[in-house]
Amino acid sequence: MIHALRKEMLLQWRTRAQMMAVFVFGASSLLLFSFAVGPNAEMLRQFSAGFMWLGLLLSSTLTLAESFHAEMENRALEGLLLLPTSPRVIYYGKALANWFQLVLLGCALFPVMVVLYDAGTMDLLRLFLVIALGTAGLSAPGTLYAAMTAQVRSKQTLLPLLLFPLIVPALLASVKATSLIVLGDPMQQLGPWIRLLAAFDAIYWSLCGLLFGRVVEE
Amino acid sequence: MTKRVLPGIVLLAIGAYFGFVVALANFNGITSLGFGIPTGIQATIAALCAVAGALFFLSVDDVGESVGAAGWLAAAGVVCFAIGSYIGLFVAPPEQYMGEVQRIMYVHVPSAWCALLAMTIAFGSAILFLLVNDWKWDARMEGSIEVGVVLAFLLCCQGAIWAKPTWGVWWDWDPRLTTTAVLLFAFLGILALRRFVDDPVKRGVWSAVATIIAYVDVPIVYFSVRWWNSLHQQQSNPGTVSKQFWLPLRANAFGILFLMVAFIMIRARISALRLKQELAPPPLAEAQLGEAV
Repeated sequence: MIHALRKEMLLQWRTRAQMMAVFVFGASSLLLFSFAVGPNAEMLRQFSAGFMWLGLLLSSTLTLAESFHAEMENRALEGLLLLPTSPRVIYYGKALANWFQLVLLGCALFPVMVVLYDAGTMDLLRLFLVIALGTAGLSAPGTLYAAMTAQVRSKQTLLPLLLFPLIVPALLASVKATSLIVLGDPMQQLGPWIRLLAAFDAIYWSLCGLLFGRVVEE
Repeated sequence: MTKRVLPGIVLLAIGAYFGFVVALANFNGITSLGFGIPTGIQATIAALCAVAGALFFLSVDDVGESVGAAGWLAAAGVVCFAIGSYIGLFVAPPEQYMGEVQRIMYVHVPSAWCALLAMTIAFGSAILFLLVNDWKWDARMEGSIEVGVVLAFLLCCQGAIWAKPTWGVWWDWDPRLTTTAVLLFAFLGILALRRFVDDPVKRGVWSAVATIIAYVDVPIVYFSVRWWNSLHQQQSNPGTVSKQFWLPLRANAFGILFLMVAFIMIRARISALRLKQELAPPPLAEAQLGEAV
């Protein structure tokens, strides 16, 4: 598992240009969202959490699709499956690496959101927790679906089509929690949303790991 | 008659009998037909028998037989649906507050039950396909996903038609409405996945995996949206609506249930035949093989 993770991390480090491109994509989508609303500072601040997570979600499809792209070249996935480990290890290695990358992306997009929408917070620890839990919810089913869609025609369309309806609860909870952190939480509602995110993560990290073996079997 | 059509018919007959007896008892006060069983238990028997009978029909393997059974079932469904709709539209009184608009309930509520049931059948078929690797479960899964998608789409449309005069908006971010929409898109995505994968084995396994993942999402979506926003009235079932509305509601519930099962059977047969064609060796290779032998 450590080795699988190390391999993924190395791969990501060697393709850091890709990460940079994804970040620029996310940041430019944040810029575009503000044009959709107009230069109303109060409104932008209100919607900032939603925009940030939508930007993150859109960029995540690029990251996730990329994570299996490399395995499809020269049929590298089959080689990995021949290793004397369970496919689950490969899955968790990839999902953890994707998660790490998305957390980085989230942490990088947050300052952009602060600058563009004037929606900052000093409660960085809790914000980091929400970003970590929310992106974990994206990466677990996303990695599984990327493994499927990487092998079919028109993979660019299919991954979002399958992933977006599925992660509605994670997106909802992340947006709600982030906006409670940024805009203030007078009713103490943050706890239930974070618990919901944690439950979503627990369900999908275990279920997708269980099912991954069937997805890649020949 | 195969071993499964007969118990299916018997169960459906018992279910339909008790359903109508309960409805009659509440509609016209006729209670002599119920063998003295309490109405609540009769209603439970009716619902359980209907669902169990439908499942027996679904498990018919013989292709020729299943087509005949599906035809009869669809005919029964049309009859039930016609009776229920007639009573619902012309006989049952309008609702006190919502007026005539409420009559959409007679199709809306049964559609909701059957949509969820179809998705549940898809979920069960997906698990069975992954466990036993039998192609018939793949065919049933595809059939029930498609029928479930159609029902969920109808459900959203009926909900919108009902919501406009009642709440003043076409759409509202209510938990059940939103969950249905999310479910609709999730299962549409699975159908798209099936179209894009050419290898039948991968197609079956992947769509089964996706079905399981999407189905598990349903309660989570439901609860998250409920925390987020809520307006929808409590679910309608024969317990929450006036007794005068029971008969059309039940008749339509049976009608749509029968139609749904019949459609799933026919659709499953189509995909089974398509699969057979796909898995069969191409005719040219067969001819060559024959020459070689």
